[in-house]
Amino acid sequence: MRSANPTIVALSHVYFSYGRAPVLEDVSITVEPRDFLSIIGPNGGGKTTILKLILGLLKPDQGEVSVFGKNPRHARKIVGYLPQLFSFDFTFPITVMEVILMGRLGKRRIGNNFDPRDIEIARYWLERVGLDAYHDQPVGELSGGQRQRVFIARALATEPGLLLLDEPVASVDATWQQNFFDLLHELNRELAIVMVTHDISAVANYIDKIACVNKRLYYHGSKKEGMAKIAEMYECPVQLLAHEPMKHLDHD
Amino acid sequence: MIDALQYEFMRNALLAAILVSIACGIVGTLVIVRRLVFISGGIAHAAFGGIGLGYLIGVNPVITAMPFSIAAALLIGVISRKTRISEDAAIGILWALGMALGILFIGIAPGYAPDLFSYLFGSILTVPFSDIALMLALDLIIISVVMLLFKEFQAISFDEEFSEIRGIPVRSLYLLLLCMIGLSIIILIRVVGIVLVIALLTIPSTIARQFVNRLKPLMLSSIICAVILTVAGLFLSYHLNLPSGALIVLLLGAVFFLTFLLKKLIIVKTKF
Repeated sequence: MRSANPTIVALSHVYFSYGRAPVLEDVSITVEPRDFLSIIGPNGGGKTTILKLILGLLKPDQGEVSVFGKNPRHARKIVGYLPQLFSFDFTFPITVMEVILMGRLGKRRIGNNFDPRDIEIARYWLERVGLDAYHDQPVGELSGGQRQRVFIARALATEPGLLLLDEPVASVDATWQQNFFDLLHELNRELAIVMVTHDISAVANYIDKIACVNKRLYYHGSKKEGMAKIAEMYECPVQLLAHEPMKHLDHD
Repeated sequence: MIDALQYEFMRNALLAAILVSIACGIVGTLVIVRRLVFISGGIAHAAFGGIGLGYLIGVNPVITAMPFSIAAALLIGVISRKTRISEDAAIGILWALGMALGILFIGIAPGYAPDLFSYLFGSILTVPFSDIALMLALDLIIISVVMLLFKEFQAISFDEEFSEIRGIPVRSLYLLLLCMIGLSIIILIRVVGIVLVIALLTIPSTIARQFVNRLKPLMLSSIICAVILTVAGLFLSYHLNLPSGALIVLLLGAVFFLTFLLKKLIIVKTKF
């Protein structure tokens, strides 16, 4: 399945617009096996749109998107996705375990019950995100950070070959943040991760590639060379970014 | 209360109350958590076209209402997804068209339309046994479909996008869910009538929702709540000789406000 084309995600010269407003213009991004790519850029710059193109939820106006060498719609069952959580209706009656089990939907014929393996995998991720005690709790009764962990567990319960994370740092609780990055680091040994964020400083230690997107692609490559570009694009406090490569060295 | 049950119409009414409660407990719960209340109102009123057709061709209006409610459900679903017409505009159009068709059919139908009022506002005390059998059949369809597809309905209602990524046929299931609303409206027409259908689809589940936070228990407690209140309304209507549909709805409304206040009281008490 993945042998013919080892590249996991390939966007080539992609254009996309919502109606008349162009969102992406001539964007080309590749994700190779075991990449940890961070897509950064300002809000409204098209970052989430890129994830939705990879998931096949949107179709490019021009250009090609392929995932595992296939049409994204046919590859998306092996893509784990963590959406942004602000638009969810958390008054909805659904328990933590029920949310995580959503990651096992589509593994068998519709209408069939989850089998013991599905339950086992869901339980494993429930424990990995440290929420065993909450399995039967309605997800709306959890804190923002705990909810985020439930959705991460759901994404991982799909047993993905590619993990897409949309602004995961936004609401991860401070106490669990380190665990979260350690978990990603561990997962990255086997799967490629694409993380959308507007705040590079929080994740700079963990990523190895950067794509800077603000309608157009400003930079796509290794983190080190990207830092200068980022500063330029954001016109942002360079001192915030300047120390990151150092930290990265320490970390390694 | 027991002696009232020696009459066949009271026994039928009691059966009708239970059958209605099953439909509105299950489907009503999905309606309120997925916020489909206005759609349900549209489907119910569009079904009036079928009631009119029944009068025109001399068939039981509950039967002719069925294709209308299903067609309305599918049309609202398809129009709002496939065209640029918004969902609430589609609802408004079908709502009015259905009513207009119904009135036109009744206008052409020879003679005066007897018990038209009961289809609009319900009359649980006059439900014939043939309609009970139909309600039972529709209830069985609803129960089996929702039991079979429970986790899929829950998933698409909570997070449609993720469900689609997982390969679930989100659009077809949404249309199926709207058809379940269409069927439950047919079950409800005899008891509370087209105009008041929305009360039974929303109030029992909203009452239960204040105390129950999980989907399956919410469906069960909505059913229980609906059984108690429709049966109580039925006996009140029998003893006071007042219109049953309106009485059931007013009772539901009163209990909703009482439980709402009770809930507030509980919250205040636990805080101090």
